[in-house]
Amino acid sequence: MKGSLIILAFFAVGLLGGIYGLFPDWLLNEDLTTYALFVLMFLVGISIGSDKNAFYILRKLNFKVVLVPLTVIIGSLLGTAIISLMLADIDIKEATAVGAGFGYYSLSSIFISQLHSQELGVIALLSNIFREIITLLGVPILVKYFGKLAGIATGGATAMDTTLPVIVKFTGKEYGIIAIFSGIILTILVPILVTVILEFS
Amino acid sequence: MTSYIVIALFAVGIAIGWLLRDKDKTRKGVDTAVTWSVYLLLFLLGISVGINKEIVNNFSRIGYQAFWLTFGAVAGSVLIAWLVYHFFFKTDNEE
Repeated sequence: MKGSLIILAFFAVGLLGGIYGLFPDWLLNEDLTTYALFVLMFLVGISIGSDKNAFYILRKLNFKVVLVPLTVIIGSLLGTAIISLMLADIDIKEATAVGAGFGYYSLSSIFISQLHSQELGVIALLSNIFREIITLLGVPILVKYFGKLAGIATGGATAMDTTLPVIVKFTGKEYGIIAIFSGIILTILVPILVTVILEFS
Repeated sequence: MTSYIVIALFAVGIAIGWLLRDKDKTRKGVDTAVTWSVYLLLFLLGISVGINKEIVNNFSRIGYQAFWLTFGAVAGSVLIAWLVYHFFFKTDNEE
């Protein structure tokens, strides 16, 4: 939660400075964003690859757990696709790209604004932050009515870190490992799925 | 083009990360660098959104769309999770 507030603060400072024209032109250079994105993705890769936990967890799980990230993928894409039919100026491609953020708002918003448009990037930022907040606040109720995978499912990519504590608290330790597994798989898939949806469909 | 480079760098990063998995200091440094590059990029996204009058003037519509997309993603995931839990997880793990 604290992390998302800091990130929102950076976004807000940029936003206000942009609105009032406080920043020098070189900051608006598109190339700067592109290179920063290259650096970020390389670093995120290293961070995931060096996560010893991930490989340890993989060995402890049975095959069935792949159903969990698959659930999140199908549910998020299907849900956002249906919503797109109801929203006037968002098509299925754009809606599912936002859905494929799986709560990973920082990366998905940056990615989408680079590959598609800044407007959709902002929608992805807000939507995926909402998703994290709903998970943090809603897990107790969701788990009660929709079973023990509900928290891991709403958490999406965040189930491995920011929302893991509430998920474990309300579904039990034995689901903690499944949550981390699902979160890692989804985190890796966010950039890949967003690209596939926006560039190849 | 950008997206291919990004995915390639991501894959190379994962491989390099695997080689660095026992270097705890490096891993900590990488995580800090990730955090700060996210701050930088969101700051830059903020600026480019701020100078874009079309987005600024339509912020409430954008928030409305974001809200409903979140609703769709959450509802879809939770409903399928409910089915998957009942058919594949519940019987094995608990009463």
